[in-house]
Amino acid sequence: MAAKKLNIKDKYRLLTRDLDWDFSYEDRKEAFPYEEFEGLKITDWDKWEDPFRLTMDTYWKYQAEKEKKLYAIFDAFSQNDGHLNVSDPRYVNAIKLFLTGVSPLEYQAYQGFAHVGRQCGGVGARVACQMQALDELRHVQTQIHAMSHYNKFFDGMQEFSHQHDRVWYLSVPKSFFLDARSAGPFEFMVAIGFSFEYVLTNLLFVPFMSGAAHNGDMATVTFGFSAQSDEARHMTLGLEVIKFFLEQHEDNLPIVQKWIDKWFWRGTRLLTIVAMMMDYMLPNKVMSWKEAWEVYFEDAGGSLFKDLARYGIRMPKYSDVIEKEKEHISHQAWWTFYTHGHAAGFHTWIPSDEELDWLSEKYPDTFDKYYRPLWELAKEKEAKGERFYTTGLPQLCQTCQIPMLFTEMDNPNQNSMRDTVYKGERYHFCSDGCCDIFEEEPEKYVQSWLPVHQIFQGNCGGPEVSDVLSEFYKMNVGTDNMDMKGSPDEARWNKWKGTA
Amino acid sequence: MPVYALKPNYKGERMDRVENFGGNLIVYFGWDEHRMFCAAKAFPLPPTTPFAAVMENILPEAFGQHPEFSQINWDTAEWLLNNEPFKPQMNATLESQGIDHKALIRFKTPELTGYAGAGV
Repeated sequence: MAAKKLNIKDKYRLLTRDLDWDFSYEDRKEAFPYEEFEGLKITDWDKWEDPFRLTMDTYWKYQAEKEKKLYAIFDAFSQNDGHLNVSDPRYVNAIKLFLTGVSPLEYQAYQGFAHVGRQCGGVGARVACQMQALDELRHVQTQIHAMSHYNKFFDGMQEFSHQHDRVWYLSVPKSFFLDARSAGPFEFMVAIGFSFEYVLTNLLFVPFMSGAAHNGDMATVTFGFSAQSDEARHMTLGLEVIKFFLEQHEDNLPIVQKWIDKWFWRGTRLLTIVAMMMDYMLPNKVMSWKEAWEVYFEDAGGSLFKDLARYGIRMPKYSDVIEKEKEHISHQAWWTFYTHGHAAGFHTWIPSDEELDWLSEKYPDTFDKYYRPLWELAKEKEAKGERFYTTGLPQLCQTCQIPMLFTEMDNPNQNSMRDTVYKGERYHFCSDGCCDIFEEEPEKYVQSWLPVHQIFQGNCGGPEVSDVLSEFYKMNVGTDNMDMKGSPDEARWNKWKGTA
Repeated sequence: MPVYALKPNYKGERMDRVENFGGNLIVYFGWDEHRMFCAAKAFPLPPTTPFAAVMENILPEAFGQHPEFSQINWDTAEWLLNNEPFKPQMNATLESQGIDHKALIRFKTPELTGYAGAGV
C-alpha cells in the first residue's frame, strides 16, 4: 500500500510539536538546567506561537534551491574576473573588515543558537532556534565563499579566522558574541534574536548590501539576497521571543527591559564599524551613517517601541545619547583606524577632497567644526612625508573593548571616560552605558581579554609591537596594512587597469 | 548581583591583576581636548619610576607627534589623577604619590587649544 501523503497541518504538527516528550522518570529540571537561573518565569511553553511554520524537510528543500542559484552566480563572478568591476580598490578594504569582523560572528551565532536550541524547554522555540543555527552556519560558509575570490587578488584576507581570535579591534565583535553566548538562553535570545537581529540588523545588512551594489561587488550582493529570506525569519523569531517572554509573567518585564537596554547599547557600540564603513570606506556612498540611523532606528525602531509600550517596554536606555552620537562616531572611528593604520589588517587613507565635502554636507553641524581639522592635519603631515601613525597603545573600554575614542556629547572635544572600583581594582569605560553593564555583572567583565593588557602581560609574543603584529596576528606588515597609497593592492589595481 | 550564573558563588578570573604585569603598573595618560590622539594611551611602568622619568620619556613618546607638544607650559598644566586634582612631584615615585595600577592621569593645557584651535 502506498504511504499516505500527510497534509501540511499534520506534517507540521508531527515534525515540530510532536517531537517533544514528557519526562516520566527523569527530573525535567535536569534535562533543561539553564531554564531558571536568569530569573525569567516561563509558565506555559504551549503558548509559544511558532513564528514561521516551517518543517525541517521543507527547510532543506528551500535552502538547497537557494544554494544552487548562489553558487552558480559565484562561479560566473569568478570566471568573469568580477573583482575588476568594483568601483575602486579601496572598497575591498570594507570586505576585509567584514570577513575578519562579521563573518566569524555568523559562526558564533550558529554556536549560540545550537546551544539555545537544545536548552529551551519548549519544543517550538527549540525547533526555531535549530533552524536559525543552521542558517547562521550557512551564512558564514556563503560569506567565506563569496569573498574567497577577492582573497586571490587582494592582501589581508588570508588569516581571517586566526585574526578574529587575536587582533585588537576584532576582540570587539568577538567579545560581544562571547558575552551573549555565556549568558543564559533567554538573555541570548533577547541579545541576538531581538536586539541585534530585529532592532539593529537592518543597519548592518542594508548598508553592506547596498554598499556592495553601489560599488560593483556582485558577489556580496548575491549572498546578501540569499540571506535575506533567512534574515526575515530571524527577525520574526526575535519579535516572538520578546512577546512570549512578556506575556508569560509580569515579573519578566524588568528583566527583559534590562536586557534590551544592555544589548541595544552593546549593539550600537559594535555598529560603530559599520558607521565608519558607510561614511569612509565606500568609494560610492549609499547614505550617511546619520541618515541610516534615522531611517532604520529612529523611524522604524521608534514605531517598534511604540508597539511594545503596551507591554510596559520603553525605549532603550541611553537612546538619547546615541541620537547625538550619530553625528560623531563614524569620524572618530575612521580617525582611530587611520592613525593605527600600521596595526590594522587593511588599508586606510585620507578621504579625497570630494569625500570631505560630502561629509560636510551630510554632517553640517559637526564635520567642519570637529573632524575636517583632523584631516587637514593629516594632509599636512603626509605632504611633509610624515604620514601620521600614532605611537603607543590606546586605553580600552572594559566592556565593549573599543579604544576609548568616544567623546562627551556636551563637549565633543573631550574623550568620554568613566571608571569604577570593584574589589580594589579600577576598571575603565567609554560611556555610562558600558559602565552600567559592568556594574550589573562585574564578575563577568573582570574576565575581559583586553588586547592591550594582554600584550603588556607578554601573552601575545613580542617584545615589540611589530612582533605581535607579524607573529601573533599573522599580518604581513607593510603589505596587508599601512596607507592605501603605495600599497601592493593599489599597484596591482593600476596594473590591471593600465593606469600605472 | 555580581553575576547571573548557573552555579552559586561563581567568581570570574580577574585578567588584569597587577601581579600579571611582571612587576609593572599599567598607567594611562591622556591629553585633554587634543583629539589627534584618539584615546588615552596605556604604559606599563615600574611603580618606582620617578615622575620626572614620565616627563622625560613617556609623555614625549605618547604625545610628541603633536605640533603643540613642544609649546606646552608645564607650569600652568592642570592635572587629574583618577578624576581628582593632582600635582605631580617630579622626584617622587609613582607609587609614593598615589599612582596605582590602572590609574588614569589626564592633563589640560589651558593655553593650547589644539591644531587649528579645534581641539585636535
